[in-house]
Amino acid sequence: MSWTRNEMAARAAQELEDGFYVNLGIGIPTLVANHIPDGMSVTLQSENGMLGMGPFPIAGEEDADLINAGKQTITTLPKSSFFDSATSFAMIRGGHIDLSILGAMEVAENGDIANWMIPGKMVKGMGGAMDLVAGVKRCIALFDHTNKRGESKFIKACTLPLTGQNCIDMVITDLGVFERDKAHNQFRLQELAPKVTLDEVKAKTEADVIFE
Amino acid sequence: MSKVFSTAGEALGGLCHDGLTIMSGGFGLCGIPENLIAALRDSGASDLTVISNNAGVDGFGLGQLLETRQIKKMISSYVGENKEFERQYLGGELELEFNPQGTLAERIRAGGAGIPGFYTKTGVGTLIAEGKEHKDFEGETFILETGLKADIAIVKAWKGDAEGNLIFKATARNFSPMMAMAGQITVAEVDEIVPVGALDPNFIHTPGIFVQRIVEAKCEKRIEQLTVREA
Repeated sequence: MSWTRNEMAARAAQELEDGFYVNLGIGIPTLVANHIPDGMSVTLQSENGMLGMGPFPIAGEEDADLINAGKQTITTLPKSSFFDSATSFAMIRGGHIDLSILGAMEVAENGDIANWMIPGKMVKGMGGAMDLVAGVKRCIALFDHTNKRGESKFIKACTLPLTGQNCIDMVITDLGVFERDKAHNQFRLQELAPKVTLDEVKAKTEADVIFE
Repeated sequence: MSKVFSTAGEALGGLCHDGLTIMSGGFGLCGIPENLIAALRDSGASDLTVISNNAGVDGFGLGQLLETRQIKKMISSYVGENKEFERQYLGGELELEFNPQGTLAERIRAGGAGIPGFYTKTGVGTLIAEGKEHKDFEGETFILETGLKADIAIVKAWKGDAEGNLIFKATARNFSPMMAMAGQITVAEVDEIVPVGALDPNFIHTPGIFVQRIVEAKCEKRIEQLTVREA
């Protein structure tokens, strides 16, 4: 049984550490916020200019001037701060953010990631993704292991235009967890989702990954 | 010479003509200078180059200037919320230059601070790096990005005074403080103009030197993604 979106987010939350400043991407990564362990202090950064992102507001208490990077209404916490976009990206590009968890269209065995454009289709833009993968200390890519046609998204070399080179430290998919072994410059299978077999994950992984 | 104007149209009076480069503050629809955008539309100025993180939505914000075909080129990081934008871009009617969001913010900051260029790791090895100077610092590769300036910057603030001092509210600040610095003329629309001296100098975000004109105007403040939790 592969992991659901929510279970993938819960698994990614196990990578959080007390005191971390974290940026969560749009989509499944946003769900990680629901799984921060009790008693752990994690500060969420929103790249449009906020540290200490609070939960969604109760209906009627929304404020059009207070949104996250997904343009959703949010709230503050006692520890929150606001700042301009240059300061926000100084946090990201200056290496002050501990962890970025982001979605991906493709991740390659060398740590490259593509998640912003498909040639020939409408290009929406990279937003802050290129800054995040280039600047944040540790980057986790969280995505479905295969596409709708069943083809691997964890591959030998990205075919889509890159978001960043050699920047992904961990891959978490619906099938398992892969840690990048810096010494061998290779991803290594760390954990399988419940009832997912080694044969299944091998068959669905195009990237050259260490499985034992 | 007073910086205070009574309407958005008057605040842009004498400034708008074809071919201008305009910076417009805001992230999504949060913190956009709604009234100044509408006044720019009403001015009829066309062939505009607009530097803004996003391009509004259909019929609102910068979407209004797209409908009237006043924009020749956009410099943005994300434009995914606007069908008319997509139509004009795919039809070859609109030029588009994508910048990573942090690169965009820093280019505007640099432009306003008199810094013609800077090196960044962002975009190395991607389409963004093509044709740009590469340079190694301490064993890592960086690319050269240039500062951006504008003929006019239009920004939205929460409170301001007749000196042009501004404070912004919550995440409506985003790109506006840097754009105020990078505009040759910066026009600010604010929810409220307060008497000089009413703003605590310790908490002014944009000092008045960066703001040439200011107008108090009521904003609609649309919400793009109303998201709530159970009480």
